[in-house]
This record gives sequence, C-alpha cells and structure tokens, in this order.
Amino acid sequence: MHDDQPAITVRGLEKSFGEVKALAGVDLDVTRGTVLGLLGPNGAGKTTFVRVLTTLIQADAGTARVLGLEVVEDAAELRQQIGLAGQYAAVDENLTGLENLVMVGRLYGMSRRRARARGEALLADFDLLDAAKRPVKTYSGGMRRRLDLGAALVAKPPVLFLDEPTTGLDPRSRLAMWAVIESLVSEGTTVLLTTQYLDEADRLADTIAVVDHGLVIAQGTSDELKDRVGGERLEVTLEDGASFEDAVRALAPMAEDAPSCDGRLVTMNVRQRHGTIVEAVRRLSDAGVDVEDLALRRPTLDDVFLTLTGHAAEEPVAEEHADREAVA
Amino acid sequence: MRRLISDTLVIAERNLVRLPRAPELLLAFTVQPIMFLLLFRYVFGGAISTPGLPYVQFLIPGIIVQNIAFGGFVTALGLNEDLHKGLIDRFRSLPMARAAVLAGRTFSDVVTNSLSVAILLVTGVIIGFSFNADVLHIVAGILLLLLFGYAFSWVFAFVGMIASTPESANSVAFIAIFPLTFISSAFVPVASMPSVLQAFARVNPFTITVNAMRSLWLGLPAGNYVWGAVAWAVGITVVFAPLAVSRYRRHVGG
Repeated sequence: MHDDQPAITVRGLEKSFGEVKALAGVDLDVTRGTVLGLLGPNGAGKTTFVRVLTTLIQADAGTARVLGLEVVEDAAELRQQIGLAGQYAAVDENLTGLENLVMVGRLYGMSRRRARARGEALLADFDLLDAAKRPVKTYSGGMRRRLDLGAALVAKPPVLFLDEPTTGLDPRSRLAMWAVIESLVSEGTTVLLTTQYLDEADRLADTIAVVDHGLVIAQGTSDELKDRVGGERLEVTLEDGASFEDAVRALAPMAEDAPSCDGRLVTMNVRQRHGTIVEAVRRLSDAGVDVEDLALRRPTLDDVFLTLTGHAAEEPVAEEHADREAVA
Repeated sequence: MRRLISDTLVIAERNLVRLPRAPELLLAFTVQPIMFLLLFRYVFGGAISTPGLPYVQFLIPGIIVQNIAFGGFVTALGLNEDLHKGLIDRFRSLPMARAAVLAGRTFSDVVTNSLSVAILLVTGVIIGFSFNADVLHIVAGILLLLLFGYAFSWVFAFVGMIASTPESANSVAFIAIFPLTFISSAFVPVASMPSVLQAFARVNPFTITVNAMRSLWLGLPAGNYVWGAVAWAVGITVVFAPLAVSRYRRHVGG
C-alpha cells in the first residue's frame, strides 16, 4: 500500500450490546505518523471502537482497516502490526516487570534471548530498570501503566492503540506518561488515543475526533474545533455585592449570546478580540459595577464539547462503561 | 502447530512461575490435602468399615482421585482473574495461537497435579499405605490420575470463562463437584449407602475411577473400571474443552 494512504480507515462501523448502541456508524481516518485523539465521556463508545480495531470484538456492520488489513479477515496478520495498552493495566501482578515483557515478546514469536534483550531495553526506556526484578504487585499505578505501555511496544508496532492511558493516574505520573507518549510519536508511530480528558487530547493529539453516543460528532485540530465554537470568551469576576443585572445590562451590547452567570462569574462570547477589554472595563465602570477580575480567553475543548453535545465532557453518563460490561 | 506448542509452553511457564508467589494457592496443593488425608485416616476412618481391606488402603486411591479432580480450580481462578484484569485482552491482541491460553492453563495443571499426587502418595505411605502391584500398574495408575485431572481442568476452564468473579468460579465449581466426590466409592463402600444413592454412586465417574485406581494399585478385580475411567476422562475432555474454547472465542468474536 502507498504511504499516503491513511494508517486507519473506518467506514460505517456499528456495534450494539443488547439495547445499547455503542457504535452507531463511525467514519474515521487516521493519517500515518499522527496521533488521533478520540475524545468523549464514559460510555461514548471509545473502548468499543478500540476493541474492534484491535481484533478483540467484531463489529455488527461497517468496515475497518488498519495498514490496509481488514480487522476481521486479516486479524492474524494485523495482530503483528499493532500494540494495545488498555485502561486497565494488563500485566501479570505476580510476575516481575521483566518476566511480563519477556512473556509478551515470546508470544510475539521472539526467542527467549531476544525477548529478554528487548524487555530490558524497554524497562530502561521507561525508567523501570530498578524495578525489573520486583513483582508488579509492588509497583505504583504509574509504573504499571508504563509497563503496560512497554508491553504494547515489545514488537515495535507501527500502529499503537492507547485506551485512556492516564485515567486514574496522579498528576505527576500523568505528565510522565505524556512525555513517554510524545517521544514515541516523534519516532513516527501512528497512535490512536482515547481519552476523556480535554487537556490530554489538546496536548497529545494532532487531530481530535469528538465522540458521543457512538458517533463522531466533530473532527479537526484543536484550533479548528475551538474556532467552530466561535470567537473569544470574556470572563468577568464581580466584587462581592456587585449587581449581576447591572453587569449583564452593561455588557449585553458586546455579547454574541446571552451572558451566563455562575456565582460571581459572568461569561459570554464576544464578537472580536480587539479593544474588548478596554470597552468592557469602560462599560462596567460607567454602570458602577465593581470588578475583581476580567479576562479574555480562547474557548477550551470543554467549551467545544459543551457546544457540540449540550453536556459537559467529564460529567458522568448513565450508561457508563456499558460497552465493557456488556462484553464481560 | 509448532506455534501452538511453543505459545502453550510460554503460558504454562507463566502460570507455574507465579504460583509460588501466591502462597495461599500453594497451600491448597500441599497442606490442605494432607489435612484431609489425616482427618479421614485417623478421625473418620475408625468408624468406617471396609470389608477385606484396611481403611488406609481403601482411602488413599479415593482421596487422591478426589484431590486431583479439584486440582483444576487454579485454572478457573486464574482464567477468571485474567479476564477481569485485562490480560486475556492483551493475549487476544497478540499474534499468538488462539488456543494457547486455555491449553497452557490446563497443561500447567498437569504439573501441579503431579506435585499433589506425589505429596499425597508420600504422606500415604508414611501413614501405612502400601502398593500391591508391579511398577507398570503403579505408573498406569498415576497416568490415569493425571488424565482424569486433565479432564476436570477443562471443566474448570469452562467455569472460569463463564463465572462473573473468581470467587463465584470457585464456589460454582465446589458446589458442583464436591458432592459428586462424596457420593462415590472414594471414602465409604457404596453398599453402605441408601439404595437411591447407591444407584447414583455406581454410575458416578468418581466411583468408576476410584475403583480403577484400586484395581491398578491394590490388585483388586478390575472389571471394566480402567477402560470405563479412561472413557469418562476422555468424554469429559471432549465435551468441556470445546465448550471452554468456544466461550473463549465468543469473547474474541463478541
């Protein structure tokens, strides 16, 4: 196949578990050597999508190809080309870090010696060499995730699937994990990453696909998505005792939509950046409203998600993990 | 085929390497059977009459058969744990032989079963058991035991694939198999039971296998017991291995 063909091509992918439609017709392309971030809340269908692409389950309808290999017909060949690191660190707790990697290497068909060399190299890369001979049950959450990622990389797969790689990690381990993923990408690996964290997608992904209820509802770079939401947002924090009504009335002529109020915070979309702050200060001052803080910011992916779906990205959804439970 | 064998060995090795690191599991192989053996030999044994045979001779083949049937519970626990911890997903995403995870499990049971047979035999001899057979028959008896244990490993593999938690895998298996082992000739003569239970005990594969062991190790009349026991072991394997594998594939296929 040609290098300019996408690494992953998905058309009309559907999968239901009983009543729950986990995938409702997903179309998606991932360009070679890029990171696609699949962003959505729990139950959006992200994990199901990854499980179909990694040959763990079969879709009800649609096609999916990875490196030109069809996920069902060419499953055996495809498994040679992919690595999977899951949201539940899939390593054996009673084996040591090294034993885990050697096992995976040998299951890829490597000799014991080669699997061992590869395992040691990966442990060194991921700062786990000191813990190589300790059972995994003594590892911290962050160490387990790094080992899990190491296991996915044993065969140096050109395409990597990361299903919520930092869910449940503390902020420091999360930053360390991001650094590891970034270094992988710089080596040309194609990555499909699922996440429910907006900052994670923002930082790691070249392209973001927003999923909700089994559908891709928007796709683009982080900036493109933010542009879809519209211009700048003005945030005004009022002094204690300042009047909301006065503030909203004063600012209304500048606003694109109805200003929203939350506690002492007034937020609105504004038409343009230029001169906005000066004008806002002047209007509020004329109206006699005391202001504690005033800021103009680009929309975040949180705003994007809210605008696109009508609900926040990180709010718990009723069918939380329905895709996984239905399988289990 | 070569791939299946090498992958099976990798999985079996993994299962065996981790075993000593889960001490509670190891106790189940060593201390627990010895405890049962001593309990029956010295506590209940005096009250059970076994015409023509000292109770210790009667008991050892029976308790070894019961013990080996439960050897596979490690498979049920281990598979269920692997399912829930995502390890099965990892294995399924690897280019390994599809059947190797289950085959490796049941194969490592053969190794642990051999260990527990050895432990029980040594303890048995210490408390007064003696073979009344030549080496060939003794070895044939051990092979029959391992075959029978292997069959039950597949039963446990199936249970491990369908159970919702490792704990329920354990209790389902226990509730299903435990009464079977007692309503048999393993611990008491079948003739001492009420007639309804006798009818059941006579066709129970445990009775047939225990009787086969007694004929091989003690020189008792064999009848068709040995072939009957082999047929049961093969039959159980032929039914439960495909069930377990199809269950595994269903997880793959979704």
